[in-house]
Amino acid sequence: MNLWSDPRWGDALTHLPDYLGQHVHVSLAALALGLLVSLPLALAARRRPALRGALLGFASVVQTVPGLALLALFYPLLLALAALTARWLGFGFSAFGFLPAMLALALYSMLPVLRNTITGLQGIDPAILEAAQAVGMTPRQSLRMVELPLALPVIMAGIRTAAVWVIGTATLSTPIGQTSLGNYIFAGLQTQNWVFVLFGCAASAVLALIVDQILALIETGAQRRSRFRVVMGVIGVVLLIAAALMPSLSRARQSYVVGAKTFTEQYILAALLTQRLQAAGLPATTRGGLGSSVIFNALESGDIDAYVDYSGTLWANQMHRTDIKARDELLADLKAALGRQHITLLGKLGFENAYALVMPKARAEALGIHSIADLAAHAGKMSVAGDYEIFSRPEWASLRKAYSLTFRQQRQMQPDFMYAAVAAGEVDVIAGYTSDGLIAKYDLVVLGDPKHAIPPYDAMVLLAPKRENDSALRDALIPLLGKIDIATMREANLRASGSQSAADVAKWLWEKIGAKGPAH
Amino acid sequence: MSVTSPLISFEHVRKHFDGGRGAASVLAVNDVSLAIAPGEFLAIVGASGSGKTTLLRLANRLIAPDSGRIAIDGADIANVDLIALRRSIGTVFQSGGLFPHMSVADNIGITPKLLGWPAAQIAARVDELMTLMLLDPAIHRDRLPGQLSGGQRQRVSVARALAARPHIVLMDEPFGALDPLTRDALGEDYRDLHRELGLTTLMITHDMAEAMLLADRIAVMRDGRIIAQGTATELASVDDTDVDALLQTPRRQTERLRELLPRNVAS
Repeated sequence: MNLWSDPRWGDALTHLPDYLGQHVHVSLAALALGLLVSLPLALAARRRPALRGALLGFASVVQTVPGLALLALFYPLLLALAALTARWLGFGFSAFGFLPAMLALALYSMLPVLRNTITGLQGIDPAILEAAQAVGMTPRQSLRMVELPLALPVIMAGIRTAAVWVIGTATLSTPIGQTSLGNYIFAGLQTQNWVFVLFGCAASAVLALIVDQILALIETGAQRRSRFRVVMGVIGVVLLIAAALMPSLSRARQSYVVGAKTFTEQYILAALLTQRLQAAGLPATTRGGLGSSVIFNALESGDIDAYVDYSGTLWANQMHRTDIKARDELLADLKAALGRQHITLLGKLGFENAYALVMPKARAEALGIHSIADLAAHAGKMSVAGDYEIFSRPEWASLRKAYSLTFRQQRQMQPDFMYAAVAAGEVDVIAGYTSDGLIAKYDLVVLGDPKHAIPPYDAMVLLAPKRENDSALRDALIPLLGKIDIATMREANLRASGSQSAADVAKWLWEKIGAKGPAH
Repeated sequence: MSVTSPLISFEHVRKHFDGGRGAASVLAVNDVSLAIAPGEFLAIVGASGSGKTTLLRLANRLIAPDSGRIAIDGADIANVDLIALRRSIGTVFQSGGLFPHMSVADNIGITPKLLGWPAAQIAARVDELMTLMLLDPAIHRDRLPGQLSGGQRQRVSVARALAARPHIVLMDEPFGALDPLTRDALGEDYRDLHRELGLTTLMITHDMAEAMLLADRIAVMRDGRIIAQGTATELASVDDTDVDALLQTPRRQTERLRELLPRNVAS
């Protein structure tokens, strides 16, 4: 198929106004905040070597923290802060999305601005500074009329560097709930939609270049005293701000937000939920690529209205339970616990997406391995691969304990790649997901768990506390409950890892389960 | 001179600089006393490192003395408003010290602007001074200092110093970096202005010939001290090898030139 005739380009384009607008929005806000903090700090530090060293040191350390980690750190930090303000000052704020992303990016923008401002001011000829004093300027006048204008090119170079860094790093704010051009990249990586990945990268690169050029225009305009250039540059900035505000203006009406975690199945189910809401005449959008612990908190605080989670995940991660209960008992406990937080457990979708140890069928038969109990004897010579979180989850500890499992080597992988890896023999066993369509595709087998060390992972729909009594929302989603069996979900996942978009697969899924007739 | 009280006076002024990082500190100005009368043109001559530039920077308190008193019009400048003091004194720097990002007009008009003059009055003053300094306002007004020749830059620098109608002008080797022709012309032009405007000028130079041609009186500095002062004639009778050597150079040059250029001298 011709690369350019791929329908996913069109799909990507439809998201552009929203993603680009929000990307510009958070980037400009972060840059503005960063400048507002960095410039006065740099001015205060120019004659105080100790402060200067401390500031530059701090900013350099911030720069060494990987962008993704910095963004991720701000989320729990703000969450704790929001809890504190709610407790002591009587109001909370959303620790989700815009705020943590903006603060982390602002921090990220500080180093080039601080460094260049300080360097620029220090680089001015002392004879000029003395002349400024001699003609009778106060220190403030000297700064405003002589030092800042002379340091401007160096300061602007720092601002331009900061702008490019912030715009690039803003793509990493997707997992903490800030929509950005990173949504293309994260969704594309998860669903192996390379068109999306490419589109996201290209869009953020083009945006960075445009902003850089606009700032360059202002810089050279100021230097050459060309009013035309400055005016053109300012018009560019105004247009950018307008572009950033456009989507939020059009989104002014109340809209339901459906969350999705970072893997294919979640994108399909979020698209399915969104489509059902839209079909019921409710405005709805999807917020994809959210981190596994971010998404629950986002629901709790009402930043998203609905999403699909798995009983075992909530049991272990949110309830912090390590005991394993029977399916119905666990579900009842969960429903009661969630109810206390006013979160509605609407019901099960019908399938289970459990963690499971998976290996090639032929190899398992050759070794006589049918269950995890059989695997334990061979594990010492085997390597295991899993996603980024499994090895630190409580289920993994309970699994190892129950079967005395010790593997020769543990590796973390992008979930969509590990099935191919185990099929090719690169690793011996993987901690896969039971609903993954790739299990059948690669002729793999799910090993039994006779001791029930892994809790049940029924997929279920959760609603935010603020939607507790929203019957329109319930009525739109109830028809999905109990309708999706494991085979259907596997096929849907397999389709989405091909060239179909999550939205298309969701449509296919609805046709397939809708054909069985409505639930009531 | 003994009748009028001095306009600028240094009384037992001392200034040292820390050497930094273990180096010995330098006593740049060592117990200097000096009086400059209203309307006088005083040149301070000395080798580099003799402390003459430090003495000049003390006069408008770009630096503060360690001890001693500096007074302008009888008032100790340690007790006056520094900003107002500097705005009332014109300063010409060695390399011009022009603000490279400001046009010629903005450079010249800076002190009036700081003093809050109306824009029209500043513009008129700028044109007046440019004409006075033989710079065509129509051509040079909006140029940046980087687009001027060295001589033009120094003319702008003098114009800037005079813009706010000061009574005192401090000049730090103002013509040192210029070619001989420009230097001579600009020196003569300034000398005329000094007389016409009734200025009191303190000029630093290392060139004794220039000092003798322009100044009413010359003070010679060495190692932070003033070792001699007086008119050229008075200096000639001073018994000091350094003063003698300083006078020797122009004297020898004059004789040599007289031999080389008999016709010019005759006419």
